[in-house]
Amino acid sequence: MAVAIAAARVWRPNRGLSQAALLLLWRPGARGLARSHPHRQQQQFSSLDDKPQFPGASAEFIDKLEFIQPNVISGIPIYRVMDRQGQIINPSEDPHLPKEKVLKLYKSMTLLNTMDRILYESQRQGRISFYMTNYGEEGTHVGSAAALDNTDLVFGQYREAGVLMYRDYPLELFMAQCYGNISDLGKGRQMPVHYGCKERHFVTISSPLATQIPQAVGAAYAAKRANANRVVICYFGEGAASEGDAHAGFNFAATLECPIIFFCRNNGYAISTPTSEQYRGDGIAARGPGYGIMSIRVDGNDVFAVYNATREARRRAVAENQPFLIEAMTYRIGHHSTSDDSSAYRSVDEVNYWDKQDHPISRLRHYLLSQGWWDEEQEKAWRKQSRKKVRAPRPGGRRQGPAWEAGCLPTAPCPHR
Amino acid sequence: MAAVSGLVRRPLREVSGLLKRRFHWTAPTALQVTVRDAINQGMDEELERDEKVFLLGEEVAQYDGAYKVSRGLWKKYGDKRIIDTPISEMGFAGIAVGAAMAGLRPICEFMTFNFSMQAIDQVINSAAKTYYMSGGLQPVPIVFRGPNGASAGVAAQHSQCFAAWYGHCPGLKVVSPWNSEDAKGLIKSAIRDNNPVVVLENELMYGVPFEFPPEAQSKDFLIPIGKAKIERQGTHITVVSHSRPVGHCLEAAAVLSKEGVECEVINMRTIRPMDMETIEASVMKTNHLVTVEGGWPQFGVGAEICARIMEGGLWENVPGFMSEGYRDKNDFKPEVTAEVGKWRISVCDKHSSEEDFWRATSEIPEGGETSAEGFWN
Repeated sequence: MAVAIAAARVWRPNRGLSQAALLLLWRPGARGLARSHPHRQQQQFSSLDDKPQFPGASAEFIDKLEFIQPNVISGIPIYRVMDRQGQIINPSEDPHLPKEKVLKLYKSMTLLNTMDRILYESQRQGRISFYMTNYGEEGTHVGSAAALDNTDLVFGQYREAGVLMYRDYPLELFMAQCYGNISDLGKGRQMPVHYGCKERHFVTISSPLATQIPQAVGAAYAAKRANANRVVICYFGEGAASEGDAHAGFNFAATLECPIIFFCRNNGYAISTPTSEQYRGDGIAARGPGYGIMSIRVDGNDVFAVYNATREARRRAVAENQPFLIEAMTYRIGHHSTSDDSSAYRSVDEVNYWDKQDHPISRLRHYLLSQGWWDEEQEKAWRKQSRKKVRAPRPGGRRQGPAWEAGCLPTAPCPHR
Repeated sequence: MAAVSGLVRRPLREVSGLLKRRFHWTAPTALQVTVRDAINQGMDEELERDEKVFLLGEEVAQYDGAYKVSRGLWKKYGDKRIIDTPISEMGFAGIAVGAAMAGLRPICEFMTFNFSMQAIDQVINSAAKTYYMSGGLQPVPIVFRGPNGASAGVAAQHSQCFAAWYGHCPGLKVVSPWNSEDAKGLIKSAIRDNNPVVVLENELMYGVPFEFPPEAQSKDFLIPIGKAKIERQGTHITVVSHSRPVGHCLEAAAVLSKEGVECEVINMRTIRPMDMETIEASVMKTNHLVTVEGGWPQFGVGAEICARIMEGGLWENVPGFMSEGYRDKNDFKPEVTAEVGKWRISVCDKHSSEEDFWRATSEIPEGGETSAEGFWN
């Protein structure tokens, strides 16, 4: 047996037949015979101190029967930089972002909020068929978007419009997509809020949940193969993380060693299903280590915490070719969509708490005020200006019809002939 | 309260005499019920009738269903019978199939059938094929239901019609109700059926009220699976449809009737097993056929109907028709049809194997007495 092993080790395909003949002729000497003796072999292994040899896990033995208790009482701690009043808690964690960048964060969040209000109203007035607001989660969008390069590829679920807003996607195109009019680059073929933009590296939103997760992993793998110095960020909610696609995506990202950031927006509800019915473990962050993924839980309503975590994850994902999982804890202040009335399953008090006491926009505003970079005057002026921007007249007027009305026929020939 | 109940206990003739003199008595036949309420009623009655029946899906419990079809059921039956699941179609479809194999009778709701694609392996490979593959030992009495087909402006990923996809698979029964009566009768038959049944509803029909005939108000009102209904008698042309387009066909028939064309409108009700007898009888009468459906034309329900008409027994009744060009249903010879390239070719003797198949499933006792027999016994 030892001879066979030895032969297997030294055999190379490019060695000549003569070498092969020599190996076959090699007779084990006294020590060789001893090595092949079963008792001798056991002695060899015992010098390794009876360690487990299983290929499936690298672990020690234990002789006490003990089940690992899932820890949901004191789960993975939540990283934050600012308190609820916008004050930096630990100065060494302050990202020290320049004023223009912080103002851009603030203006992106508020402009998104304004656009949300106007488009939600539009749906209620029957102007658009459907809408989903982003109330309460603006911090997760802009904090993460600000930490990425502009060329990093984004796969979203449907509540990440702030990422596009931060990347300066024109308001006209947001509206055009929702209205499905002739200016819509998607030719009106998608439901509202299913944005996509090639120039800004934002993959078009697809309705079925969690399908973007394995796709994002594949894209990250392609980026790695291309040595592109590029990361892929994949957003999803805590509800979509229950889908089978999420499991496959996490596992593949780890085994294929892809430069991807999984960004989970844990906002407490999946339509009406609360997290207590969605999962029993310690959220999504606790799943990461199960797949071998570096994981962190952050306060999603703290823009700086989101920024710091995403920045560091991006740096390491590209440098080390490994996935990162960020679970951003936040709260969905609005309804799931215009087809939902959340008063059916949660109290108004709960919603008001998050709206008034722990909102990403107000926390950042407190920070801006304390830095002296913003004041009430500017706030008032900006509120007016943002409404004007959203309501600005579009080229061709507001009543632009869909693409086919204007004589633009679909480019593909009739498919079933 | 005591006075009222005393009144009710008196013989009916006394009471009706009293009432005739005092109240305007409206007959109960003019009852209008929406499709949503009909499905709700059907499920409610079956949940009440058989403890093994339960409903699971996303948002079906406290939320009353994404389209409010299961309104009030969670309040009435509680967490054990109406179950909200996490977001994983493959997960909860698999759980439902397992529960069916173990002896329960689940109703598995997909928010729309578009999302059933995430679970299609469970529906086809686990639910549809198991009875056959287990040699008749393991039935899967499960109902998959949800809205199918196009809604209003919900884009391609929410608008596909799955009648052709599910209708293609042996082992599944597929029904597609149009009105309230269809909805209630078919969902009840589906729940009582010991085979996996796919119930393709339609979101736009949920809110449409229809007149509910008195027999439909009974708790044992069943519509047999596999039987079409002639909604409108006609002589000039047969129009075959299922689900929401049946309404369009009836509207079109009304318009054509003014022009002197009388359409016979057939509501298929069941996609699989398809009621070809009704369609063939009608086509023999009218000699004209139009199929109308919400699904895509290629490999669709209408394509199947047309193919069966073209190759079927109707032509036996046409004098002088060239016999070498068609496949005789009764003595099938594969080498003959291989030459006849333009006719539809099947590899196996489709008809007799299907008949055997359905004969096998009908041997299971009715009334849900299927025990938990199967792999574990």
